[in-house]
Amino acid sequence: MTSKKVKVATVSLAGCFGCHMSFLDLDERLVDLVEHVQFDRSPLTDIEHCSDDCDIGLIEGGVCNSENVHVLREFRKNCKILVAVGACAINGGLPAMRNHISLEDCLNEAYMDGIGIENPQIPNDIELPLLLDKVYPLHEVVKIDYFLPGCPPSADVFWAFLTDLLAGREPELPYELIHFD
Amino acid sequence: MTKTFEIDGKKIPYEEGQTIMQAASAAGVYIAHLCHNPQFTPHGSCKLCTVKVNGRNCSACTFPASEGQNVTNVSKELNEDREKITQMLFVEGNHFCPSCEKTGNCQLQAVAYHLNMTDNHYPHFFENREVDASHPDVMIDHNRCIFCTLCVRASEEVDGKNVFAISGRGIDKRLIVNSKSGLLKDSELDGNDCAAHICPTGAILIKRTGYSVPIGQRIYDHAHIDAVALASEGEVHDL
Repeated sequence: MTSKKVKVATVSLAGCFGCHMSFLDLDERLVDLVEHVQFDRSPLTDIEHCSDDCDIGLIEGGVCNSENVHVLREFRKNCKILVAVGACAINGGLPAMRNHISLEDCLNEAYMDGIGIENPQIPNDIELPLLLDKVYPLHEVVKIDYFLPGCPPSADVFWAFLTDLLAGREPELPYELIHFD
Repeated sequence: MTKTFEIDGKKIPYEEGQTIMQAASAAGVYIAHLCHNPQFTPHGSCKLCTVKVNGRNCSACTFPASEGQNVTNVSKELNEDREKITQMLFVEGNHFCPSCEKTGNCQLQAVAYHLNMTDNHYPHFFENREVDASHPDVMIDHNRCIFCTLCVRASEEVDGKNVFAISGRGIDKRLIVNSKSGLLKDSELDGNDCAAHICPTGAILIKRTGYSVPIGQRIYDHAHIDAVALASEGEVHDL
Protein backbone atom coordinates (compact mmCIF):
# COMPACT_ATOMS: atom_id res chain seq x y z
CA MET A 1 0.00 0.00 0.00
CA THR A 2 1.38 3.41 -0.91
CA SER A 3 0.89 6.30 1.48
CA LYS A 4 -1.40 9.03 0.25
CA LYS A 5 0.38 11.95 -1.41
CA VAL A 6 0.08 15.39 0.08
CA LYS A 7 -2.10 17.66 -2.05
CA VAL A 8 -0.58 21.07 -2.80
CA ALA A 9 -2.49 23.89 -4.52
CA THR A 10 -0.83 27.11 -5.68
CA VAL A 11 -1.99 30.42 -7.14
CA SER A 12 -0.68 33.87 -8.00
CA LEU A 13 -3.08 36.70 -7.06
CA ALA A 14 -1.72 40.27 -7.40
CA GLY A 15 1.76 38.89 -7.99
CA CYS A 16 4.20 38.66 -10.88
CA PHE A 17 4.63 34.84 -10.92
CA GLY A 18 8.20 35.45 -9.70
CA CYS A 19 7.53 33.29 -6.63
CA HIS A 20 6.25 30.48 -8.86
CA MET A 21 9.37 30.80 -11.03
CA SER A 22 11.49 30.63 -7.89
CA PHE A 23 9.56 27.50 -6.84
CA LEU A 24 10.54 25.93 -10.19
CA ASP A 25 14.16 26.71 -9.29
CA LEU A 26 13.88 23.62 -7.08
CA ASP A 27 15.04 21.98 -10.33
CA GLU A 28 15.93 18.31 -9.77
CA ARG A 29 14.55 18.50 -6.24
CA LEU A 30 11.10 18.70 -7.88
CA VAL A 31 11.56 15.03 -8.81
CA ASP A 32 11.98 14.16 -5.12
CA LEU A 33 9.09 16.44 -4.20
CA VAL A 34 6.53 14.81 -6.53
CA GLU A 35 7.29 11.49 -4.83
CA HIS A 36 5.45 12.94 -1.83
CA VAL A 37 3.32 15.67 -3.33
CA GLN A 38 0.47 15.86 -5.81
CA PHE A 39 -0.37 19.23 -7.35
CA ASP A 40 -4.01 20.25 -7.23
CA ARG A 41 -5.27 23.66 -8.44
CA SER A 42 -2.19 25.47 -9.75
CA PRO A 43 -0.89 27.26 -12.84
CA LEU A 44 1.36 24.19 -13.13
CA THR A 45 -1.61 21.85 -13.65
CA ASP A 46 -4.29 24.17 -15.08
CA ILE A 47 -6.83 22.62 -12.67
CA GLU A 48 -9.46 25.36 -12.23
CA HIS A 49 -10.72 24.77 -8.70
CA CYS A 50 -9.33 23.34 -5.48
CA SER A 51 -10.36 19.84 -4.40
CA ASP A 52 -12.01 20.00 -1.01
CA ASP A 53 -9.19 18.03 0.63
CA CYS A 54 -6.05 20.01 -0.21
CA ASP A 55 -3.36 19.88 2.42
CA ILE A 56 -1.20 22.90 1.58
CA GLY A 57 -2.12 26.09 -0.29
CA LEU A 58 0.73 28.33 -1.48
CA ILE A 59 -0.47 31.86 -2.29
CA GLU A 60 1.66 34.36 -4.15
CA GLY A 61 0.68 38.03 -4.43
CA GLY A 62 -1.63 40.33 -2.49
CA VAL A 63 -5.35 40.94 -2.91
CA CYS A 64 -6.14 43.71 -5.41
CA ASN A 65 -9.56 42.84 -6.87
CA SER A 66 -12.82 41.00 -6.20
CA GLU A 67 -11.66 37.84 -7.99
CA ASN A 68 -8.58 37.66 -5.74
CA VAL A 69 -10.91 37.68 -2.71
CA HIS A 70 -13.02 34.80 -4.09
CA VAL A 71 -9.95 32.73 -5.01
CA LEU A 72 -8.30 33.34 -1.63
CA ARG A 73 -11.48 32.31 0.20
CA GLU A 74 -11.70 29.16 -1.96
CA PHE A 75 -8.14 28.28 -0.94
CA ARG A 76 -8.85 28.95 2.73
CA LYS A 77 -11.95 26.76 2.60
CA ASN A 78 -10.20 23.84 0.91
CA CYS A 79 -6.62 23.88 2.23
CA LYS A 80 -5.68 22.71 5.71
CA ILE A 81 -2.55 24.88 5.76
CA LEU A 82 -2.45 28.23 3.98
CA VAL A 83 0.91 29.85 3.25
CA ALA A 84 1.55 33.47 2.23
CA VAL A 85 4.44 33.27 -0.22
CA GLY A 86 6.60 36.32 -0.92
CA ALA A 87 6.64 40.03 -0.11
CA CYS A 88 3.38 40.89 -1.93
CA ALA A 89 1.37 38.21 -0.11
CA ILE A 90 2.81 39.39 3.21
CA ASN A 91 2.53 43.20 2.93
CA GLY A 92 1.00 43.91 -0.48
CA GLY A 93 4.43 44.50 -2.00
CA LEU A 94 5.02 46.75 -4.99
CA PRO A 95 1.34 46.69 -6.12
CA ALA A 96 0.46 48.19 -2.70
CA MET A 97 2.50 51.26 -3.56
CA ARG A 98 -0.72 52.47 -5.23
CA ASN A 99 -2.41 52.43 -1.84
CA HIS A 100 -1.88 56.09 -1.03
CA ILE A 101 -3.30 57.14 -4.41
CA SER A 102 -7.08 57.06 -4.88
CA LEU A 103 -8.41 54.36 -7.20
CA GLU A 104 -10.01 57.04 -9.39
CA ASP A 105 -6.66 58.79 -9.86
CA CYS A 106 -4.95 55.47 -10.66
CA LEU A 107 -7.53 54.60 -13.32
CA ASN A 108 -7.48 58.09 -14.81
CA GLU A 109 -3.70 58.05 -15.06
CA ALA A 110 -3.63 54.59 -16.66
CA TYR A 111 -6.60 54.82 -19.04
CA MET A 112 -7.63 58.47 -19.49
CA ASP A 113 -4.84 61.01 -18.99
CA GLY A 114 -1.69 58.97 -19.56
CA ILE A 115 0.69 59.83 -22.39
CA GLY A 116 -0.09 58.27 -25.79
CA ILE A 117 -3.54 56.90 -24.93
CA GLU A 118 -5.95 56.55 -27.87
CA ASN A 119 -9.70 56.30 -27.35
CA PRO A 120 -9.47 56.91 -23.60
CA GLN A 121 -12.00 54.99 -21.47
CA ILE A 122 -12.05 53.22 -18.12
CA PRO A 123 -12.40 49.46 -18.80
CA ASN A 124 -15.87 48.43 -17.66
CA ASP A 125 -16.53 44.97 -19.11
CA ILE A 126 -18.70 42.74 -16.92
CA GLU A 127 -16.01 40.03 -17.22
CA LEU A 128 -13.44 42.21 -15.50
CA PRO A 129 -13.15 41.84 -11.72
CA LEU A 130 -13.67 45.09 -9.83
CA LEU A 131 -10.57 46.62 -8.29
CA LEU A 132 -10.45 47.04 -4.52
CA ASP A 133 -9.77 50.45 -2.99
CA LYS A 134 -6.36 49.17 -1.86
CA VAL A 135 -4.08 46.19 -2.35
CA TYR A 136 -4.33 44.07 0.81
CA PRO A 137 -1.91 41.58 2.33
CA LEU A 138 -3.43 38.09 2.60
CA HIS A 139 -3.58 38.05 6.41
CA GLU A 140 -5.95 41.03 6.36
CA VAL A 141 -8.51 38.94 4.40
CA VAL A 142 -8.20 35.35 5.69
CA LYS A 143 -6.30 33.49 8.42
CA ILE A 144 -2.79 32.61 7.23
CA ASP A 145 -0.84 29.80 8.88
CA TYR A 146 2.72 30.40 7.62
CA PHE A 147 4.67 33.16 5.87
CA LEU A 148 7.61 32.71 3.49
CA PRO A 149 9.26 36.12 3.10
CA GLY A 150 11.39 37.15 0.14
CA CYS A 151 11.08 38.80 -3.24
CA PRO A 152 11.00 36.05 -4.21
CA PRO A 153 11.65 33.45 -1.51
CA SER A 154 14.52 31.35 -2.87
CA ALA A 155 14.01 27.72 -3.92
CA ASP A 156 15.88 26.81 -0.72
CA VAL A 157 13.12 28.51 1.30
CA PHE A 158 10.42 26.42 -0.40
CA TRP A 159 12.55 23.30 0.09
CA ALA A 160 13.27 23.96 3.79
CA PHE A 161 9.61 24.76 4.47
CA LEU A 162 8.06 21.86 2.55
CA THR A 163 10.53 19.21 3.72
CA ASP A 164 9.93 20.29 7.34
CA LEU A 165 6.18 20.15 6.85
CA LEU A 166 6.27 16.80 5.02
CA ALA A 167 8.42 15.33 7.79
CA GLY A 168 5.88 16.47 10.37
CA ARG A 169 8.23 19.07 11.88
CA GLU A 170 7.25 22.63 12.78
CA PRO A 171 8.78 24.60 9.87
CA GLU A 172 11.66 26.85 10.87
CA LEU A 173 13.74 29.00 8.54
CA PRO A 174 17.43 29.51 9.38
CA TYR A 175 18.77 33.11 9.44
CA GLU A 176 20.24 32.88 5.94
CA LEU A 177 16.82 32.10 4.47
CA ILE A 178 14.87 34.95 6.08
CA HIS A 179 15.03 37.86 3.66
CA PHE A 180 12.49 40.59 2.95
CA ASP A 181 14.07 41.36 -0.43
CA MET B 1 36.00 45.47 44.09
CA THR B 2 34.10 45.85 40.82
CA LYS B 3 30.39 46.37 41.15
CA THR B 4 28.26 43.83 39.28
CA PHE B 5 24.70 42.95 38.38
CA GLU B 6 23.30 39.96 36.50
CA ILE B 7 21.82 39.64 33.00
CA ASP B 8 20.26 36.22 32.34
CA GLY B 9 22.44 34.77 35.09
CA LYS B 10 25.70 36.27 33.75
CA LYS B 11 27.67 38.65 36.00
CA ILE B 12 28.08 42.06 34.35
CA PRO B 13 30.57 44.57 35.75
CA TYR B 14 29.57 48.23 35.65
CA GLU B 15 30.74 51.65 36.65
CA GLU B 16 28.57 54.06 38.60
CA GLY B 17 26.43 56.12 36.20
CA GLN B 18 26.37 53.53 33.42
CA THR B 19 23.05 52.37 32.00
CA ILE B 20 22.21 48.68 31.77
CA MET B 21 22.69 48.97 27.98
CA GLN B 22 26.18 50.51 28.30
CA ALA B 23 27.35 47.90 30.78
CA ALA B 24 25.84 45.08 28.73
CA SER B 25 27.48 46.24 25.46
CA ALA B 26 30.84 46.57 27.19
CA ALA B 27 30.48 43.03 28.51
CA GLY B 28 29.55 41.64 25.07
CA VAL B 29 25.85 41.15 25.79
CA TYR B 30 23.49 42.32 23.04
CA ILE B 31 20.20 43.92 24.01
CA ALA B 32 18.00 44.56 20.95
CA HIS B 33 17.61 48.27 20.13
CA LEU B 34 16.88 50.74 17.32
CA CYS B 35 16.75 54.25 18.84
CA HIS B 36 19.87 53.71 20.93
CA ASN B 37 23.33 54.60 19.68
CA PRO B 38 26.18 54.92 22.21
CA GLN B 39 27.35 58.16 20.54
CA PHE B 40 24.27 60.09 21.66
CA THR B 41 22.11 60.79 24.69
CA PRO B 42 19.70 57.86 25.15
CA HIS B 43 16.12 58.50 24.06
CA GLY B 44 14.27 55.43 25.36
CA SER B 45 11.51 55.59 22.77
CA CYS B 46 11.62 52.45 20.61
CA LYS B 47 11.16 50.13 23.62
CA LEU B 48 12.91 47.25 21.86
CA CYS B 49 15.50 47.20 24.65
CA THR B 50 12.83 46.55 27.27
CA VAL B 51 14.25 44.13 29.84
CA LYS B 52 12.95 42.93 33.18
CA VAL B 53 14.83 44.53 36.07
CA ASN B 54 13.99 42.72 39.29
CA GLY B 55 10.72 41.69 37.63
CA ARG B 56 9.75 45.13 36.27
CA ASN B 57 9.88 46.21 32.61
CA CYS B 58 12.48 48.94 32.01
CA SER B 59 14.26 50.42 28.99
CA ALA B 60 17.85 49.17 29.22
CA CYS B 61 19.16 52.21 27.33
CA THR B 62 17.98 54.66 30.00
CA PHE B 63 17.83 52.60 33.20
CA PRO B 64 20.91 52.95 35.46
CA ALA B 65 22.79 49.81 36.39
CA SER B 66 23.02 49.15 40.11
CA GLU B 67 24.51 46.60 42.47
CA GLY B 68 22.87 43.18 42.50
CA GLN B 69 20.19 43.94 39.90
CA ASN B 70 18.63 40.85 38.39
CA VAL B 71 17.99 41.54 34.70
CA THR B 72 16.18 39.30 32.22
CA ASN B 73 17.08 40.15 28.62
CA VAL B 74 16.37 37.05 26.54
CA SER B 75 13.08 35.30 27.28
CA LYS B 76 10.22 34.07 25.12
CA GLU B 77 7.95 36.77 26.52
CA LEU B 78 10.38 39.67 25.99
CA ASN B 79 11.32 38.53 22.49
CA GLU B 80 7.66 38.16 21.55
CA ASP B 81 7.05 41.72 22.79
CA ARG B 82 10.03 42.87 20.70
CA GLU B 83 8.62 41.11 17.65
CA LYS B 84 5.23 42.80 18.13
CA ILE B 85 6.92 46.21 18.51
CA THR B 86 8.90 45.62 15.31
CA GLN B 87 5.74 44.52 13.48
CA MET B 88 4.00 47.73 14.61
CA LEU B 89 6.92 49.76 13.20
CA PHE B 90 6.56 47.91 9.90
CA VAL B 91 2.79 48.51 9.55
CA GLU B 92 2.93 52.13 10.71
CA GLY B 93 5.27 53.17 7.90
CA ASN B 94 5.55 51.94 4.33
CA HIS B 95 8.43 49.49 4.43
CA PHE B 96 8.72 47.83 1.03
CA CYS B 97 12.13 46.20 1.36
CA PRO B 98 12.52 45.00 -2.26
CA SER B 99 12.39 48.61 -3.51
CA CYS B 100 14.51 50.21 -0.75
CA GLU B 101 18.17 51.14 -1.20
CA LYS B 102 18.87 50.32 2.43
CA THR B 103 17.79 46.68 2.18
CA GLY B 104 20.47 44.35 3.52
CA ASN B 105 22.03 47.21 5.50
CA CYS B 106 18.89 48.23 7.40
CA GLN B 107 18.75 47.88 11.19
CA LEU B 108 14.95 47.69 11.27
CA GLN B 109 15.07 44.77 8.84
CA ALA B 110 17.99 43.17 10.70
CA VAL B 111 16.17 43.36 14.03
CA ALA B 112 13.19 41.68 12.36
CA TYR B 113 15.46 38.91 11.04
CA HIS B 114 17.05 38.56 14.47
CA LEU B 115 13.61 38.11 16.05
CA ASN B 116 12.66 35.54 13.39
CA MET B 117 9.82 37.79 12.23
CA THR B 118 8.28 36.54 8.98
CA ASP B 119 5.10 38.62 8.79
CA ASN B 120 3.70 41.97 9.90
CA HIS B 121 0.72 40.52 11.83
CA TYR B 122 -1.23 43.81 12.12
CA PRO B 123 -3.33 45.62 9.48
CA HIS B 124 -1.17 48.01 7.47
CA PHE B 125 -1.74 51.77 7.74
CA PHE B 126 -0.60 52.49 4.15
CA GLU B 127 -0.13 56.13 5.18
CA ASN B 128 0.55 58.73 2.53
CA ARG B 129 3.96 60.12 3.44
CA GLU B 130 6.17 62.51 1.49
CA VAL B 131 9.58 62.14 -0.11
CA ASP B 132 11.91 65.16 0.08
CA ALA B 133 14.54 64.85 -2.66
CA SER B 134 15.26 68.60 -2.83
CA HIS B 135 18.78 68.46 -1.34
CA PRO B 136 21.60 67.85 -3.85
CA ASP B 137 23.25 65.10 -1.79
CA VAL B 138 20.70 63.75 0.70
CA MET B 139 17.08 62.59 0.43
CA ILE B 140 14.39 61.85 3.01
CA ASP B 141 11.79 59.18 2.38
CA HIS B 142 9.33 59.72 5.23
CA ASN B 143 7.65 56.39 4.40
CA ARG B 144 10.53 54.68 6.19
CA CYS B 145 10.96 56.95 9.23
CA ILE B 146 10.51 55.17 12.58
CA PHE B 147 10.93 58.37 14.70
CA CYS B 148 14.01 57.05 16.49
CA THR B 149 15.34 60.65 16.61
CA LEU B 150 18.92 59.55 15.88
CA CYS B 151 19.14 62.22 13.14
CA VAL B 152 17.74 64.82 15.56
CA ARG B 153 20.34 63.94 18.19
CA ALA B 154 23.22 63.62 15.70
CA SER B 155 22.47 67.03 14.22
CA GLU B 156 22.26 68.64 17.64
CA GLU B 157 25.01 66.84 19.54
CA VAL B 158 27.60 66.16 16.83
CA ASP B 159 26.94 68.56 13.94
CA GLY B 160 25.80 71.43 16.19
CA LYS B 161 23.07 72.36 13.71
CA ASN B 162 19.54 71.39 14.83
CA VAL B 163 18.45 70.41 11.31
CA PHE B 164 15.83 67.87 12.42
CA ALA B 165 13.05 67.68 15.00
CA ILE B 166 10.00 65.57 15.76
CA SER B 167 6.71 67.47 15.54
CA GLY B 168 3.32 66.36 16.84
CA ARG B 169 2.50 63.53 19.20
CA GLY B 170 1.40 59.91 19.05
CA ILE B 171 0.03 58.87 15.71
CA ASP B 172 0.44 62.41 14.32
CA LYS B 173 4.15 62.72 14.97
CA ARG B 174 6.46 63.32 12.04
CA LEU B 175 10.02 64.26 11.25
CA ILE B 176 10.39 67.93 10.33
CA VAL B 177 13.26 69.90 8.85
CA ASN B 178 14.49 73.19 10.26
CA SER B 179 14.19 75.50 7.24
CA LYS B 180 11.72 78.18 6.18
CA SER B 181 10.34 76.09 3.33
CA GLY B 182 10.48 72.89 5.40
CA LEU B 183 12.63 71.41 2.63
CA LEU B 184 16.01 69.81 3.14
CA LYS B 185 17.66 71.93 0.44
CA ASP B 186 17.03 75.11 2.45
CA SER B 187 18.39 73.62 5.70
CA GLU B 188 21.98 73.68 6.95
CA LEU B 189 22.41 69.95 6.31
CA ASP B 190 25.58 68.93 4.52
CA GLY B 191 26.06 65.49 2.93
CA ASN B 192 29.02 64.86 5.23
CA ASP B 193 27.08 65.58 8.44
CA CYS B 194 26.71 62.82 11.01
CA ALA B 195 22.93 63.32 10.84
CA ALA B 196 22.92 62.42 7.14
CA HIS B 197 24.55 59.05 7.82
CA ILE B 198 22.98 57.89 11.09
CA CYS B 199 19.51 56.69 9.97
CA PRO B 200 19.00 53.02 10.94
CA THR B 201 16.43 52.57 8.14
CA GLY B 202 16.19 53.87 4.57
CA ALA B 203 14.53 57.17 5.59
CA ILE B 204 17.62 59.37 5.17
CA LEU B 205 19.78 58.30 2.26
CA ILE B 206 22.89 59.66 0.58
CA LYS B 207 22.16 60.15 -3.10
CA ARG B 208 24.06 58.25 -5.81
CA THR B 209 25.27 55.53 -3.43
CA GLY B 210 22.33 53.08 -3.63
CA TYR B 211 22.86 49.40 -4.40
CA SER B 212 26.65 49.89 -4.56
CA VAL B 213 27.20 46.74 -2.48
CA PRO B 214 26.01 43.54 -4.17
CA ILE B 215 23.58 41.11 -2.51
CA GLY B 216 25.57 38.66 -0.44
CA GLN B 217 28.08 41.29 0.72
CA ARG B 218 25.71 43.62 2.57
CA ILE B 219 26.05 44.08 6.33
CA TYR B 220 23.26 41.75 7.44
CA ASP B 221 23.33 39.20 4.61
CA HIS B 222 25.26 36.75 6.77
CA ALA B 223 25.95 38.54 10.07
CA HIS B 224 23.30 38.87 12.78
CA ILE B 225 22.61 42.34 14.14
CA ASP B 226 23.76 41.30 17.62
CA ALA B 227 27.30 40.56 16.38
CA VAL B 228 27.37 43.69 14.19
CA ALA B 229 26.10 45.94 17.01
CA LEU B 230 28.53 44.57 19.59
CA ALA B 231 31.48 44.91 17.23
CA SER B 232 30.64 48.46 16.18
CA GLU B 233 29.03 49.91 19.31
CA GLY B 234 30.54 48.18 22.34
CA GLU B 235 34.01 48.01 23.74
CA VAL B 236 34.04 44.23 23.70
CA HIS B 237 36.56 42.67 26.02
CA ASP B 238 36.95 39.30 27.68
CA LEU B 239 35.90 39.17 31.29
